[in-house]
Amino acid sequence: MTPDQGAENEVRLELNGITKIYPAVIANDDVNLKVRRGEIHAVLGENGAGKSTLMKMIYGVARPDAGEMKWEGEVVHVENPAHARSLGIGMVFQHFSLFETLTVVENVALALPGNIDLRDLSIRISEVSHKYGLPVDPQRLVHALSVGERQRVEIIRCLLQDPKLLIMDEPTSVLTPQAVRKLFDTLRQLAHEGCSILYISHKLDEIQELCHVATVLRNGKVTGDCIPSKETPESMASLMIGKELPVCQHEVPTELGEVRLRLNGLTVVSDDPFGTSLKNIDLEINSGEIFGIAGVSGNGQQELLYALSGEEPLTQNEPIVICGEAAGRKLPDARRALGMGFVPEERLGRGAVPQMSLAENVLLTAHGGGMLNKGMIQFEQMYEFTRRCIDKFDVKCGGEKAAAKSLSGGNLQKFIMGREILQMPKLLVVAQPTWGVDVGAAAFIRQELIDMRNEGTAILVISEELEELFEISDRIAVIAGGKLSPPKKLADTSIDEIGVWMSGMWPDSGKADAKSGERQADA
Amino acid sequence: MLRLEPRAQPSQLMSYASPLLAIVLMLIGGLILFSALGKDPVEGFRIFFISPLSDIYGVGELFLKATPLMLIAIGLAVGFRANIWNIGAEGQYIMGGVAGSAVALYFYESEGPHILFLMIVAGSVGGMLWASIPAFLKTRFNTNEILVSLMLVYVAQLAVSWLVHGPMMDPDGFNFPQSRMFEESAILPILIKGTRLNAAFLFALSALVVGYIFMYRSFLGFQMQVAGNAKNAARYAGFSAKRMVWIGLLSGGGMAGIAGISEVAGPMGQITEHISSNYGFAAIIVAFVARLNPIGIFFASLLMALLYLGGEQAQQYMNLPSSISNVFQGMLLMFLLGSDVFINYRLTWKRG
Repeated sequence: MTPDQGAENEVRLELNGITKIYPAVIANDDVNLKVRRGEIHAVLGENGAGKSTLMKMIYGVARPDAGEMKWEGEVVHVENPAHARSLGIGMVFQHFSLFETLTVVENVALALPGNIDLRDLSIRISEVSHKYGLPVDPQRLVHALSVGERQRVEIIRCLLQDPKLLIMDEPTSVLTPQAVRKLFDTLRQLAHEGCSILYISHKLDEIQELCHVATVLRNGKVTGDCIPSKETPESMASLMIGKELPVCQHEVPTELGEVRLRLNGLTVVSDDPFGTSLKNIDLEINSGEIFGIAGVSGNGQQELLYALSGEEPLTQNEPIVICGEAAGRKLPDARRALGMGFVPEERLGRGAVPQMSLAENVLLTAHGGGMLNKGMIQFEQMYEFTRRCIDKFDVKCGGEKAAAKSLSGGNLQKFIMGREILQMPKLLVVAQPTWGVDVGAAAFIRQELIDMRNEGTAILVISEELEELFEISDRIAVIAGGKLSPPKKLADTSIDEIGVWMSGMWPDSGKADAKSGERQADA
Repeated sequence: MLRLEPRAQPSQLMSYASPLLAIVLMLIGGLILFSALGKDPVEGFRIFFISPLSDIYGVGELFLKATPLMLIAIGLAVGFRANIWNIGAEGQYIMGGVAGSAVALYFYESEGPHILFLMIVAGSVGGMLWASIPAFLKTRFNTNEILVSLMLVYVAQLAVSWLVHGPMMDPDGFNFPQSRMFEESAILPILIKGTRLNAAFLFALSALVVGYIFMYRSFLGFQMQVAGNAKNAARYAGFSAKRMVWIGLLSGGGMAGIAGISEVAGPMGQITEHISSNYGFAAIIVAFVARLNPIGIFFASLLMALLYLGGEQAQQYMNLPSSISNVFQGMLLMFLLGSDVFINYRLTWKRG
């Protein structure tokens, strides 16, 4: 879809030579950008390319060190987000800013200036939600909403202020494929009515489908502008990462080996009132396969991972069997001794200690491999392992004594993956293996996982990125509402089917759950 | 306009320079304080910081005072590195003194090296038992160890008071609230003739060496450090948080207990209500000024000991109240916390 010609050509937002310098890094370097009326404009770039910083300056959260911003032809200095909103700029953040214990209408009222009549506001919310196909009940409490519904609340909150420019920061990372399509319809309708949209993403296919124009950032600089519909994903990727997009080699799975992980009716009641309890999960993962678990975030992934890793040990041993041994009550180090490796989603603060050196972070989980002698640390072995990890996994860092927090997200993830892989686990559990990792490092990490599988490791990948799971998994299942769907061979399913399952509706998922699934399905 | 600007990286240099800066600021604060009290600041400085060290006896006193501080601070530092905040070393010190004294009084009028040995063991066990109360409550009921350990200080003070008024009172002591004077075999040997410095100083030095090895060379010390820096990483690695709490509190309690019995079996020679001069609290300041580092603890203890001695001198020769020592200790801690801002921030000059 292209915008109507004519009046749409007027430039609404213009950035000239915007530069932002942080103490350690130049986040934006002489960035120029023009957004026209009714245009859906993609800002494309890897993590750390400077997209978010640029948006923060437009929205008044940060101020540029150099350069000027023109809004409808006039030079403006946006003082703060309230000023930005008064100009007609709205922003939907990647991480939602809603109060879980308040209702939808109360949350919306908090963002609006002046005294507000809640009943009147409810009616306006209903009108807007009806007009743009964003169904949401104004009286519901936010904690009871699905992630997709929460995003709708954020969008409605922006729309109530009649924005002329709407900034969307990675809006689809938490949505099912079906919900993404609905969001796109809404955005197209908005653009058609003349609202400009800045759409931030690193997902090339979405940008191709939705956006009229794209500006590509790399290392804080604009590396090109393009019309996405006239480009291929490969050509946009090369603008984005400066080289060809690497592709993983994935052979047909070989014979499956022994069972390395078995879950027998795993049930965990979450103590967190907003958490998800796990309900009777059965699962078998064999040596030599990659098993993917898909799902919209917040459907029990965290609870499952804590139970698997041993960070939240169970009260019984039987529900979790690791390499033939019942291990439900064991702590993480005891599970590691059985041959399990685990890569958590949060790298800094959980997978690694930020202030400590890489070598000390090796000691964190790899101490079993000859690094201890009568309780004393063997520094030679520790440094040797660290150097091996840095070399083999191409970790860009200041050496084995560099602090973990000095590494970029992608490099730290490579380091943590390397640390777990070099211990040669029989079973590897990985959460969000490439979350926040740049495209190059992501392809490398996926290839490592596939190589490990080929050598006979059993691998469980829990990810919210469907494309990733479809790229590397041999079998796939879906977690929704704390229940696990039956597994499917990758060849026997499709992204669309798994997308439907992600809203809790798989065959035999139970009637009661089909109902709660409906709510999520339209999310 | 002066502004504080966050640093990209915490400054390594400042983290070591800030204790020195705090000491300088404390000295300046002291000079101002002396002037405000109508004393000659230069004379005050001389009496407070120089005259205590003018002879060998004075130097011996310095090391004698520093001994309990070193012992307690190294024990506390082990826990503090894992974010286990034992604030009750004062109470553990008293209970160590009580337990050791009980041994000494039990063996009254007998001889042998085993008496001193058993007293030291009893002292450390007494301190550990007192510290195990907050450890148990924290691991079992998730209570706050800061509050529990602190409140137990007052319980310990009342307990020792009751004991010296009752079961431990010297039967021939004219009803003074104190025990019998210990016999020769229950008193720590003097190291340097002409001073009161005793063998406890050697315990303190070995404790610093053992503490150093534990913190920087042992896996357990590493685990405690992980627990202090990133709780979730410790959980991810499978380090038992309860074990950390026990080790952190017991090390502090055990060392405080040894410090307590060393004081009773050293300069005091008997147990009274006043066996501590707030060493348990002063050692917290020592541990922080030292950045929880054993070498730093050695020097910070000497500095703190000097503040004690200087306070006594100022009382004697300048007519100042005894709380002058506490004022200096307080200034040191306050300036240290203030200077620590510069580890994460730097001062910049900006117009507008």
